[in-house]
Amino acid sequence: MEPVILHSITKTYGKEKKLAVDKVSFAVKQGELFGLIGPDGAGKTSIFRILTTLMLADSGSATVEGFDVVKDFKEIRNCIGYMPGRFSLYQDLTVEENLKFFATVFGSSIRENYSLIHDIYVQIEPFKSRRAGKLSGGMKQKLALCCALIHKPSVLFLDEPTTGVDPVSRKEFWQMLKQLKQQNITIIVSTPYMDEATLCDRIALIQNGSILSVDTPEAIVSSYPDLLYAVKAENYYRLITELGRYPGASAAYAFGEHVHLALKRDKGHLQEAKKEKILSYLAGAGIKDATLKETKPTIEDCFIRLLSRNEYERETRQ
Amino acid sequence: MRTLKFLLQKEFRQILRNKTIRMMIFFMPVAQLLIIPLAADYEIKNINLVVIDHDHSPYTQKLLEDITASGYFKLTGYCSSFREALEQVKKDEADVLLEIPEGFEKNLIRDNSNKLFIAVNAINGVKAGLGSAYISSIIRKFNEKILTELIQPDRFNREQVIEITASNWFNPEMSYHVFMVPGILAILVTMVGGFLSALNIVKEKEAGTMEQINVTPIKKHHFIIGKLIPFWVLGNLIFTIGLVIARLVYGIVPAGSLLVLFTCTSVYLLALLGFGLLISTFCETQQQAMLIMFFFMMIFILMGGLYTPIDSMPEWAKVISWLNPASYLIEVVRMVVLKGSDFRDVVPHLIKLSFFTIALNSWAILNYRKTN
Repeated sequence: MEPVILHSITKTYGKEKKLAVDKVSFAVKQGELFGLIGPDGAGKTSIFRILTTLMLADSGSATVEGFDVVKDFKEIRNCIGYMPGRFSLYQDLTVEENLKFFATVFGSSIRENYSLIHDIYVQIEPFKSRRAGKLSGGMKQKLALCCALIHKPSVLFLDEPTTGVDPVSRKEFWQMLKQLKQQNITIIVSTPYMDEATLCDRIALIQNGSILSVDTPEAIVSSYPDLLYAVKAENYYRLITELGRYPGASAAYAFGEHVHLALKRDKGHLQEAKKEKILSYLAGAGIKDATLKETKPTIEDCFIRLLSRNEYERETRQ
Repeated sequence: MRTLKFLLQKEFRQILRNKTIRMMIFFMPVAQLLIIPLAADYEIKNINLVVIDHDHSPYTQKLLEDITASGYFKLTGYCSSFREALEQVKKDEADVLLEIPEGFEKNLIRDNSNKLFIAVNAINGVKAGLGSAYISSIIRKFNEKILTELIQPDRFNREQVIEITASNWFNPEMSYHVFMVPGILAILVTMVGGFLSALNIVKEKEAGTMEQINVTPIKKHHFIIGKLIPFWVLGNLIFTIGLVIARLVYGIVPAGSLLVLFTCTSVYLLALLGFGLLISTFCETQQQAMLIMFFFMMIFILMGGLYTPIDSMPEWAKVISWLNPASYLIEVVRMVVLKGSDFRDVVPHLIKLSFFTIALNSWAILNYRKTN
């Protein structure tokens, strides 16, 4: 049985019943590093809070390790580790005291599961008598991870663990998650960073409370149907509007310093001929300095495509 | 039990590591007990007296000597006219005016009677009331003195005088400190227990640690008991420090048993901690908790009979003080410390305090469940 299963979970907030999670269903496999990818306000934290028994869903059901999140919340609390998005350990206790406290409340001890946290803990051990509030951001992150792991949970929930962390620490953090996976711990991690998606085994793209797609990052990328070009020109704004009007374009959007142009695939033309055609179109519109190259789609491109399709469907439904 | 032990260890560690709390535990009882009873005294002294003397006779000199010798009055001015003296009242330089008419001595000896005029600045009601009472009694005594001087003593008193002798029970010297210190002791316990318990739990909410605790197998009642015990201990500790100060500085030794005192304080603390817990369930930030607690503290202190007796309050205010747990502790501490009341005397108070304990704590726990 899969360790985490959600079935049609719905959650609304407030009197006006604002939809935060909309009939979300997915399942996480044993030992998987599962990513919940979506922008702020997509409903990631709400899903985490429902799964960690901190909040009740309005409808739908979910199980963690076979336990129901409503009926068997006590059992769930024994077997999960949760690291909230905000640092929430005792700032006035030292590193070691925090770790000891969280080990003991789970009826465990630091020594018992030390092997699990060893690789992470050695990095903060020199500061073990420092108060948690006085640690740097990256250190806090590592301590929080240690505290979430110290009782050897079978499922680990990490809510935006890399938000507000520097790029080097982010990289290190994902390295640590990779190592934890070796211990056969199921990890669910949420992040707004698209580039982190490829580091997961499987990802769920989420927007406005509903799941757009659940698959491996490779499968999501390879299912991208269009041809994708990265176009660059001096006049960025004109470029993006002109490309949007290009016949056969399914989308044109800003992507770093380039504009990504998605074209529907058709068998007739050769690639080179297509490029020529776009360039001459742009030249005709007065953009003469445009350079263009074909590019491989990333998760972000897939996300943008799914997003616009989702919005289109929503509009047609109304 | 193991969990509770670790929770308590954590709580005590956090409390004792907090410099402000650590300082307040010792500083607050010392400062409050040393300063308030000495400063906030109802005995009015230094009443500014201005005399308008139209007589300038030995008798007026004697009268003024008597007045200034009492220690309550400070002779701040001599004026020749009432209008001039009234100016001083307007400038707030005089509290009481005494006008001595022309021929005061002459008329007193000849006619056996005379009139004096007293005007009182009544902006401060207490000062005005006491000031005029003091000066009236001094003049009355002066009157008796000259009566005995002027009139040859007969075999029988010409005037029938009822002499009243009052004896002050439980506080023979009518010392303000003896009355005030026990009340302040009760307030100290109230402040510490109320504020610390309300703020502490909200702090966990604010820091997000509450959520971290909620995903652990810690049981709710363990968590709450783990929060209450440290402050219960702290409240009793402050009460003890207060008792020691009362003894060393004011020489107040409880007339009753310490067991009765500590039993009542302990039950009261449980009620108060429940109240703090209740407030914390309604608040998201420490600022909110602080404001709400301040509101109730003012009512607890000012309507608890610490400064003004509850018996002299209007009926509706009495109802409010029935609902004020602090009023029971203030009364009990005074009863035990001054009168030496034993368990039998404080049973009604204990029953009411127990009722508060049960009601407040159950409400808090119910509300705590609902929000989480």
